[in-house]
Parts: sequence; C-alpha cells; structure tokens
Amino acid sequence: MIRIKCPFCGERDHSEFTYGGDASIVYPALDASAEEWHDAVFLRENIRGMQSETWHHVNGCRMWLVVQRDTVTHEIRSVRPAHEATAKLFAASEEEVA
Amino acid sequence: MSAKRLSEGGRIDRSKRIRFQWDGRAMSGHPGDTVASALLASNEKVLGRSFKYHRPRGIMSCGVEESGAIITVGEGAKRDPNVKATMQELYDGLVASGQNAWPNVRTDVGSVNSLISQFLSAGFYYKTFMGLPPFETGKGTGIWMWYEKFIRKAAGMGRASREPDPDQYEHGHLFCDVLVVGSGPAGMSAALAAAEYGLDVILVEQDNELGGDLLGQKGSDIELRRTELVGALENAGVRIMTRTTAFGLYDYGTAGLLENVTDHLASPDPHLPRHRFWTLRARRTILATGGIERQIAFDNNDRPGIMNASAGRIYLNRYGVLAGEQVVVATNNDSAYRCAMDLSDAGAEVTLLDARAKIPGRLLELIGDRGITLMTNSAPLSAKGLNGVNSLEIAGGKAGGWRSKGKEVCDLLLVSGGWSPVVNLISHRGVRPVWNAENCCFIANEPHEGICMAGTAAGIWNTADCEDSGTAAGEAAAKALGKATGSGGASTSMPAVGGWDMPIKPLYEVRIDGRKSKALVDPQHDVTTEDIRLAHREGYVSVEHLKRYTTLGMSTDGGKMGNIIGLALMAEALGKEIPEVGTTTFRPPYTPVSIGALRGRSVDEHFRPLRRTPMHDWNLAHGATMTMAGLWHRPWYFARQGETITEAYIRETETTRKTVGLCDVTSLGKIAIQGPDATEFLNRIYTNPFAKLPIGKARYGIMLRDDGFVMDDGTTWRLSETDYFMTTTTAHAGKVMVWLEELLQTRWADLRVHVTSVSEQWAGCAVAGPESRTVLKNCVNDPSVMEDSAFPFMGVIETSLKGDIPCRIARISFSGEMAYEAYVPSDYAHALMEMLHPEAVAVDGCLYGLEALGALRIEKGHVTGAELDGRVTIEDAGLGKMASQNKSYIGSALRRRPDMTREDRPKLVGIFPVNRSEKFNAGTILCKKGEVSGLGEGWITGVTHSPALGHWIGIGFISGGHEAWSGKTATAADPVRSKEVQVEIVSPHMYDPSGERMYG
Ligand SMILES: [Zn+2]
Repeated sequence: MIRIKCPFCGERDHSEFTYGGDASIVYPALDASAEEWHDAVFLRENIRGMQSETWHHVNGCRMWLVVQRDTVTHEIRSVRPAHEATAKLFAASEEEVA
Repeated sequence: MSAKRLSEGGRIDRSKRIRFQWDGRAMSGHPGDTVASALLASNEKVLGRSFKYHRPRGIMSCGVEESGAIITVGEGAKRDPNVKATMQELYDGLVASGQNAWPNVRTDVGSVNSLISQFLSAGFYYKTFMGLPPFETGKGTGIWMWYEKFIRKAAGMGRASREPDPDQYEHGHLFCDVLVVGSGPAGMSAALAAAEYGLDVILVEQDNELGGDLLGQKGSDIELRRTELVGALENAGVRIMTRTTAFGLYDYGTAGLLENVTDHLASPDPHLPRHRFWTLRARRTILATGGIERQIAFDNNDRPGIMNASAGRIYLNRYGVLAGEQVVVATNNDSAYRCAMDLSDAGAEVTLLDARAKIPGRLLELIGDRGITLMTNSAPLSAKGLNGVNSLEIAGGKAGGWRSKGKEVCDLLLVSGGWSPVVNLISHRGVRPVWNAENCCFIANEPHEGICMAGTAAGIWNTADCEDSGTAAGEAAAKALGKATGSGGASTSMPAVGGWDMPIKPLYEVRIDGRKSKALVDPQHDVTTEDIRLAHREGYVSVEHLKRYTTLGMSTDGGKMGNIIGLALMAEALGKEIPEVGTTTFRPPYTPVSIGALRGRSVDEHFRPLRRTPMHDWNLAHGATMTMAGLWHRPWYFARQGETITEAYIRETETTRKTVGLCDVTSLGKIAIQGPDATEFLNRIYTNPFAKLPIGKARYGIMLRDDGFVMDDGTTWRLSETDYFMTTTTAHAGKVMVWLEELLQTRWADLRVHVTSVSEQWAGCAVAGPESRTVLKNCVNDPSVMEDSAFPFMGVIETSLKGDIPCRIARISFSGEMAYEAYVPSDYAHALMEMLHPEAVAVDGCLYGLEALGALRIEKGHVTGAELDGRVTIEDAGLGKMASQNKSYIGSALRRRPDMTREDRPKLVGIFPVNRSEKFNAGTILCKKGEVSGLGEGWITGVTHSPALGHWIGIGFISGGHEAWSGKTATAADPVRSKEVQVEIVSPHMYDPSGERMYG
C-alpha cells in the first residue's frame, strides 16, 4: 500500500513500481576480482529501519529511483532519480524554487 | 410456541410479501427482513449444526458475530456457504439451507458425535497427527489418514460450489479527507462534524441503512433523530456507502472496503458486479465501529433460543419479531434493562436476572411497574431442552461461587455478559488494545497514524455521549487537517469511557465445582470451557498458543463471540489478570471477503492478456493453428487437409530445408540502442566482442547476469555509427529491457546511451531455406541488394520492398539454412506477408509454425529459453568460445567460480534413441544405464522427429557433455509415464555440423 512520489510522474501507487534492491551497493569495475564481485552481488544487510533502495517505475516513466524507506513503518523519507546527473538537475531546480 | 411476528412495529414493510426457500420448504418474509429475522418470525428454531459435535444451533445474535445461524445461500454455481443468516437480506426467490447436517438440520445423523465428544477435545487434530500413546504403532500420518475418512464426513462448514464463479467483481480506488467507519450515533456525528468544516468525508456502513444502534431502539423520537442526522449528512455532501464493510486498515491511511452490490437483489442488472473491492486512501480515519455484546459460559449456553440480549431487542424493534413469550434476560450490566423493558412492553413475560447484588434506584425506576420479575445476585446455570430452550436452572451467588436455586420455565433466554468495543481495525495497525478493568473490555483510544476511535468502539455506552464523542472526533480530524482553527474551532470535548449507572460485574462463566457441564466459548468451533482448562493443564500458557491448540477464535466470526471469555478463563487458570494474559492479534479481514472480490476483473484474458502479432489475422486466414508462447499467440503449425500436427510440422520442416519456409517471428523482443556510447555499452553487456562490429553487420550475442549465469541471447544489428537494433528471446524481452535501463541509470550514468523498446513497432518474418534469397529478391525494389557479395552471411541492409515499404533485413539463421529475418514497420505486416507468400509458393515453399521451428533448431542444437533457464553457464550451453578472453563484461568475474567451471556440470548434448524407431519425451530424466534414481545425470529439454535424420532426436543436458558419454548408453527415464528408453548421447550439432547450408 506504499505510495511513491516519482520525481517525474508525481505520487503513484506502489503497484506501478517494481522493487530493485539495495541502492547503497557500489558495483565494482568489470575487471575487478571475483571476491569484490561476490561481495557486491551476494552480501546484503538486513536493515531494520531506514534503508536506501532502488525502485523502477516500470508501469510509468520507466525511470529507476532511489527511495529512502523505513522497513518497519514503510515511511518514505526521500525519492530521487537513480541517475546521478538527473538527480543533480532535480536538486538544482528545487533550490531555484526555494 | 414462542417466536412470532407482531402485527405492528419495526422497519419492515408488511404490505409486501417476499417468498423464499428454507431447507426445501416454502417460507415468506417482508422487505426489510434478513433471512434470520424471517426464520425467527416463522418460529424456526434449529438453523444449523455445530462443527464437531453436531449440536443443534439457532440464531444467537443479530449481526456479524453470528455463530449459530450459518447457512448456505444460492444454488449451483452461485452456491455460497457460511453465510450469516443475520446479515443476509431477504429477496424474492432466495434459496437457503442449513449446513453440516444430513439429511437436514432438524434430523441429523451426525449428532452421534455428541456422544463421543470426550475424544474430540482440544488439540484433537494435533494429537492424532502425533499418534495416540501408548499405541506408538499408530503414530503419524498413518493413523490420521485412518481417522480422516470419518472426521471429514462429520466435521466441516458448508460446501463451496465446484463450478466456475459466474459473477463479475470490480476493483476501485477512493480518496478522501476523512473516512468514518460505522454510522451509529457516533459515526454520523463524526462525519457531520468533519463535513461541516468543508472536508471531503466518506461514511461506510456494513448495514443496508444508516443508524447503527438507533435502528434497534424503540420510539418515534429516536427515528426522528436518525432521519435528521441522515438528512444533515446528505446536505453536507458526505459520500455515504452502505452495505460496505471496512475489512482492514493498511499503511498510509489505506482502508480495504468490500461493497456488496447485488447479494440482496432478486434479479440484479447483469451489468452490475456482485461485489466491489475498494482501496480507499484517507488522510484521517475515525472508527465508530460500535461494540459486540458478549455471552456468558454456562451449561448448554448454545441451545437454540439463547441469544444476545441486544439481539432480542433488535429483532423486536427493527423486525417486529417477538422472539419468545416467556423470556429470561440474564445480565451483569445495565445495558440489558432496556431490552427487558421493550420485550415486556411487547407482551412477553420477563424475568430479569442480574448477577449484581444491589441495583441502583434509577434502573429500578426505569423498569417501573411493568411486572418484570427482577432477581438480583442471580445468573444462568444450565439451559434445558435440546432443540430449543424450555427452562433455565438458575444460579444464586454465594461466597466464592454459585449454588443452584431453582428453575424458571422459558422459551427465550437473552444474555448480556458485557460489551466488547470493536477494536479490530486499529489493531490491524499494530496497536495493542488495553484492558479497561472498570468496564471489562479492551479499548484502544490512543490516536495512532491519524486513526481515532469514537462511540461505543471507544468504550462509551450512552447514545448522547456517543454523539458527542463522534462530534469531538470529527472536529479533531478537521483541526489536524488545518481546518477548525482559531476561536471558532473545536469545542466538543471527548466524553469519558463508560457511562453506566452501576459498574459491570466481571462474569465470564457460571458453574458449580464438580458438576459436569458443556459450556461453549467459541460455538462455531465447538470450543468449550473444559477445552481451555485442558489446554492449560497440558502446558499452554501463551494465548497465541492457546488459540491455535484449541482453535478458539479461528472460525468464520474470527473470535468475535468467544475471545474474551476464552482469555478470562485462561487468566483464571493461570491465576493471572486478563491484561497479563493479553489478547491475540486481530488480523484482516474483519468479516470474510469473497475470493471473487480479491481477484476483481483479473480473470481470463484480463489476468493474462493475449498478445497478437500484427500478422495474427493473416496467419489465421492461412490455416494457422495457434499456441501460447508466454502471453503471445503464435502459429503452431499450418495443417493442410487432414494432416495431423506431426504430419504438418514434418512437412513444414522438410519443405524449409528443401525450398523455403516463412515464419512469423514478431514476438522476439526488439530494442533500439542509440547514442555515442552505444558500442561501448554493448561491449560491456555481451560476452563476445562488439567493439569492432562494422556498420551493416549483425552479431549473435550472449549476455550474462552479474552472477555469471546466462541471461539471454539474440542478435544485434549495427545500423549506423550510433544506432543498433537488438533482438532478444520472446520470453526475456521485458526482463532484458529493464536490465538495460537499470545499468544505464544506476551503474553507468556516464554512458550516453538511450534504449527504447521497439518490439511493437516492427513486425518480422523469417525467410529460411535454399530459395530464401530468390523469394526476397522478387520482393525488394532493387534485387541487386540481395546478391551474395553485397549481402553476405550476418549482413544487414536497410532497403525497401515493392510498393516502397521500408524494410530492414539481416542474413541470420536459426534453422541452419540460408535464411533472413525481414522486419517492416508493424502497419506493413500484412503487406509483407502478402508479398512474400506468393513468391514462396511459386518455388514450392510453405509457411511454418513453432513446431517446425523447434524441429529445425533442435536438429542444429540451437538453444532457446527451454535451455537458458537461469541455471546454465555459457560453457554449459556449449557456447564457451563466445566468452571473450580479452575484455571484461557483466558476469565475467563470477562466471569463473569453481562450481561453475566443474568438468562434470551438465552440458548441452544431442540425444538419439539406441533403437532408432523409438520415441521419448521432453522433460525426461537422463540416468546412467539401469540406474534410474534420484536426480539422474541430466535432463531432456526438447524432442522432435527429425526429418533430416529420419528418427526422433532430443536436446538436453547431461553431466560432462557428450565427450564423457561417448560409447556409453544412458537411460531416458520417464517415471510418470512409466517409460524407459535407452539413448546415445551425441554432439548437439546433429545436422550439418559444419554449417555449409547456412553459408550457402
Ligand atoms: Zn515515474
């Protein structure tokens, strides 16, 4: 029953999105060692509380988003485009408005 | 004689008669009746049989907590079991019957279970599963299966229809400022207060009319007040939803609503859904859900003719039914006094038992000189009469317990053991209700997540206080939403909990030590007071365990009837107070929700939408038999007169290898990959090099997942410096698209690449076989573009067909023949086929479907989704040479993990039957010869008759691959079909291994 404020589309029902995964993972370079890749692909924290995660607005604008969500209360603290340059553009335009 | 319809009074329309059937007999009632009130008016006593002991059961209540009158409504596909007769509105032609009895509820053979009831006590099911010590030989499922035959016949609720549900259901979404649940005095006042501040209010009511408790009270002033409130709500623009139950509360102020649209109609408009499932989102929620009256446990407290005191009053005042002539009302609180008065005024002879010793003057004044016999310090001890109560043995209080003090003849016993506020919905949000000892009930009055309680649901008993609490809650919601500010703001204060003249006396069970009794706690599941004590003796101390062990509160009423008594008895057994024992967790739904409402319109093609290619109609017009490929409909084979599927696909395969075949390949995924960094992007996601793919060339590529397993395969065509056209398998088209978007947006934000799904924009046809070039030459505007030198193997051209149809063609082959895939914008699909087909026919070619496509690719050992199932490495698929040694790509690090490079991993192979005349099946397990056991050594993913080889062949995986099996025989075991075939393991490239035909 979560509602996500997509920066591109506005507030939408969770049924329009698919869950991606842990947004805090930094994937290693393609030529990094198997150990580094193992850690990035398989090791996950099981967080109780605020978690940074990716969601895909798959039945909407098809943008990947980074969502800060509390795993206990489902409270969503923030939503931003996962694409960093796009996220910066958004942040800048918000500052302008402010 | 006892229950009867009065000649006046109530909210029924006596001028009209409604006919219905009960257990095969014709009955009648009036508009405004429920099945329960109509049956009660006809003095029907036994309406059901209990779950385990087949005890006769009658009407026990007047609402959703009903545990006796549980019936089956409707016939055939529309048969609906476990309907509460108290909630089912009457309509003309309604067909209802009792449950859990044979031949009927009045004469039931299964009631013999009552005689063996000592064997069916708490934990019976668990004990039979565990075996019955000391007979250890009867341990486990064996003895359960022996018992089960008998238990199944005797126990259970109603039977559901086995036919498909003919009704339609809908889903809808609602949004509002304030949701008010329940339309009693509190709910109506709350909705009105909020609406008067200009808020958008939705008021939901499970009943068919607004009013709640007001509907069951007597007097014209009450009805006046009710209509006044309803009118005010309508004027204030409150959105009113009757016959609608808020069954659950969820995150973000979400409520689940079930609207009953047609269950009360004789012949509903066929366009109407039966139920609507609403997802409502409210900024504030006020729960004015009222209370449920409790029973008291005493011997035979479940006999027909025993019901809640409030129910007796409602049947009288709302339905005009006097449920008995000689009535005993037993209570431990003030609320039953009104009931006693109303029944007395209607002509019943009333005896009022009050468990309390001293009665305040105001209550005595209230009953006045009506002739009601008042017995204080008294309670019900044992009900007599099997199919209807005929007398009551009365208990008188003595120090530390009860004693028998005589009998009272009666035909109706009305009991009030106190009231339980309906706190179910707020409990869904994780709020633990708190025990209020003074009023003997759980309340949950701390506002939580913008949800607050009002009225009796908040433990407030009097009508006037309920109205005030509703107004206060409505004003508080307005204030929280930024209305009602300043001096003109909220003014009503929330009344205190309670409101009776004299405190309730805690009373949950009446019994005399040493006297055997059968006192029901949860009548629906036949859980007795003894079962609770037995569970305690057997070591159960947690209420959650108690609940599961005894099944208390796990029946269709969800414990509305018996939970508190169960808790009280457990507390007593443990020597604790109720709050120390706690309560079990309420979970949605509050009342049952039909499966149909949950699925809504997601059924058949709405659940699984059908995808048609733009050539769909053309294929059908040319004799295609279709099959499902994912959501797609694709041609399976094109049978000519009298051909079987096998004959057809063998002909199609042979023709394709001999001349030419045409096949609709539109369902393949197609993605446009564009931008200055498109080449770099492809080079990272494919295992093989893409950095130097020339413009005008296509390349077959494999992509892996991060973990090194194969994700998908397909060809990618380079159209220009910055523009590629990627094809994916039909099955993985969506997944690959999501994956590319994820990589570009979350990992490689620096790459200037845009990906666009163009699957719907391009229609494709495979043109395969030695004559394929001839066919296309005759279709393109400029035949020279098709020359071998201009258009070699893996070449790509963008050209136009006759009639200036834009077209892109690649010379790629899945069949192993010289072949092309030609794509045109989807609108030209029909024109493409109209042009290709006559040219193919002219050279004795044909159309082919998925079955022939499968035969062609299995002969060649080409993989599809059946092989690339997510467990396969690139080496397993025999494509190891496509994994570049000179670059890194997605999956390159983890694909080299030790377990993924083991020599004995199952590898792609071809399979021949040793006896070439034998046939075998896909899905078969490959085992060492004569050692058919366990997981075997491999499996078969595809099987076909090979026209080229003249026998059946297969493709699959086996440990070590074909080199490890050279000279050895394996057994293809099919235990399900009791079949074993001896097979040879061969190279997957079973036909034309050097590919001469393809390069042609
Ligand atoms: Zn969006």
